[in-house]
Amino acid sequence: MGRIVLEKVTKSFGDTQVIPPLDLTIEDGEFAVFVGPSGCGKSTLLRLIAGLEHTTSGKVLIDGEDMTEISPSKRGLSMVFQTYALYPHMTVRKNIAFPMRMAGLSEEEQNKKIEAAAESLNLTDYLDRKPGQLSGGQRQRVAIGRAIVRDPSAFLFDEPLSNLDAALRVGMRLEITEMHERMKTTMIYVTHDQVEAMTMANKIVVLQAGVIEQVGTPLELYHKPCNLFVAGFIGSPKMNFIMGTEAAHMGAATIGIRPEHIDVVEEAGVWQGRVGVAEHLGSDTFFHIHDTGLTETLTVRAPGDVQLKHGDIISLNPRTELIHKFDDKGLRIA
Amino acid sequence: MAIVAQSSKAGRISRATLAWIVGLLFFFPIFWMVLTSFKTDADAVKPEFLFFFTPTLENYLNMTENYDYWRFARNSVITSVFATIFALAVGIPCAYAMAFNPSRATKDVLMWMLSTKMLPAAAVLYPMTFLTKSVGLFDTHFMVIVVLMLINLPIVIWMLFTYFKEIPKEIIEAGQMDGVNTWGEIREILIPLAWGGIASTALLCFIFCWNEAYWTVRLTTTDAATLSKLIEGNRAPEGLFFGRLSAVSAAAVGPIVVLGWFCQKQLVQGLTFGAVK
Ligand SMILES: Nc1ncnc2c1ncn2[C@@H]1O[C@H](COP(=O)(O)OP(=O)(O)OP(=O)(O)O)[C@@H](O)[C@H]1O
Ligand SMILES: [Mg+2]
Repeated sequence: MGRIVLEKVTKSFGDTQVIPPLDLTIEDGEFAVFVGPSGCGKSTLLRLIAGLEHTTSGKVLIDGEDMTEISPSKRGLSMVFQTYALYPHMTVRKNIAFPMRMAGLSEEEQNKKIEAAAESLNLTDYLDRKPGQLSGGQRQRVAIGRAIVRDPSAFLFDEPLSNLDAALRVGMRLEITEMHERMKTTMIYVTHDQVEAMTMANKIVVLQAGVIEQVGTPLELYHKPCNLFVAGFIGSPKMNFIMGTEAAHMGAATIGIRPEHIDVVEEAGVWQGRVGVAEHLGSDTFFHIHDTGLTETLTVRAPGDVQLKHGDIISLNPRTELIHKFDDKGLRIA
Repeated sequence: MAIVAQSSKAGRISRATLAWIVGLLFFFPIFWMVLTSFKTDADAVKPEFLFFFTPTLENYLNMTENYDYWRFARNSVITSVFATIFALAVGIPCAYAMAFNPSRATKDVLMWMLSTKMLPAAAVLYPMTFLTKSVGLFDTHFMVIVVLMLINLPIVIWMLFTYFKEIPKEIIEAGQMDGVNTWGEIREILIPLAWGGIASTALLCFIFCWNEAYWTVRLTTTDAATLSKLIEGNRAPEGLFFGRLSAVSAAAVGPIVVLGWFCQKQLVQGLTFGAVK
């Protein structure tokens, strides 16, 4: 079990309020991702749940129990840190055994769990090494192993993959997602990488300046962003925003259209523009289009085989039904 | 390393020469003391016997037979060891709390601790003497241990604090998440990780305790008297007993010099406050 509820939680450091009153529920078994720009309070929120920071006011409930004043060691949660935070003076085996030893498990039980964890995390050959003798990816797996063995009611991850290189990151992303599928334990995952958020989460919590902008499934956020911030934050490349007369035509202050929802057409289209930089990914190409009279640059995502040169004049057709409309406060118009 | 590698040969030689001169300058008094300790009291004051004299062990034999050197030495060991242990027992939890759960006042508390070292010892000499006498602690091991511990506590806490600061906070937090209480954290994580720093702090504290003279001389007479007291007892203004005095002094500083020699590396690390890694 691991249902986590935050009730009117606030957090101030000195006189600066980092988290204004905030309510949030994370259901048992959910994979929740906190995402937002740097400094928006993701880590702080996670540490409030962990108990590593004291709430300034409000309550933290875990499985209905008020844990606000309970120390982190008694909350039954596990945490994986960005810097791994392994115990450098202990071998991998001792690192993984540590929480079990503290919980007073028998030697036999400890060994059984260590073997199982090492097996599933590919660490069997490294059990007698010290953390200093491991690669970044291996270290992070040890940290995950140490988190698994104590059967927590929820896992907390604070940007666990951001110190790894790109290829390893994708691999670990899959491993963690698979782990969640297998164990069905609540996981809360902090990242500023929206691709990680989209691919891993059941529930994404988008934060800005300590305020929850929107909570929803990845596809809900993609298809129905509730405001300009979420619309711009979710999706890569970023959504194009168009203001002025074009937006006014559609009865909005701002309209947004994703790069993948604009088609390059041969015949005369709705919009015209001049091709600027082209970013070739192979499968797709991102074109940055200038002189459309709509915005500074319009980003368009085209299939990889579309051949356009710098300076070409092209026609574009937006898929009208996929245009997002926002009012003058930046809120979505239904 | 880089600086040494770049410097010219001449620079290297002149630097080495300078280091030797400074080293010899510091070493000379000790050398002279040891030399004098092998002279008779009469020879010791005669300039013509500066380097050439008939060495004698008389001073050392005299010392162990007549002055009960071993009792003073035992007192020095007891008081220094226990004062160091108690200073660490108080200092480690204290520095832990300040390093990993700092409050707004932590910096001020540290400054205040250091400021207690600025109080001239003489200013509290009479209160201390009357106080210890009236509660019956004058000339007891307990009192010497407490005084030695208290005067070294600020420096002990400062050193430990500096070392603990170098341990990443996440490792301590990981311990908390893994279900350890505060004592377990100190025992299982903090002490093993800061072992080098704690050892050099202990060593330095021990040396300071051993060499302490102001209070040990004034607050003891016989039962708890340390080697400092022994040296002081052999002082004679006329300088008639230089040989004997040198022998006592050499025997008093001997153990600590040997200890320091064997722990050189730790000491350098301790004195540079962890700057050398
Ligand atoms: N101990 C602290 N004392 C004072 N201010 C703090 C402290 N910890 C965090 N803050 C402030 O709180 C805000 C939120 O910090 P937090 O670490 O939660 O951001 P974040 O969303 O995790 O950012 P990042 O993606 O860079 O890790 C920041 O403005 C930060 O400066
Ligand atoms: Mg963070």
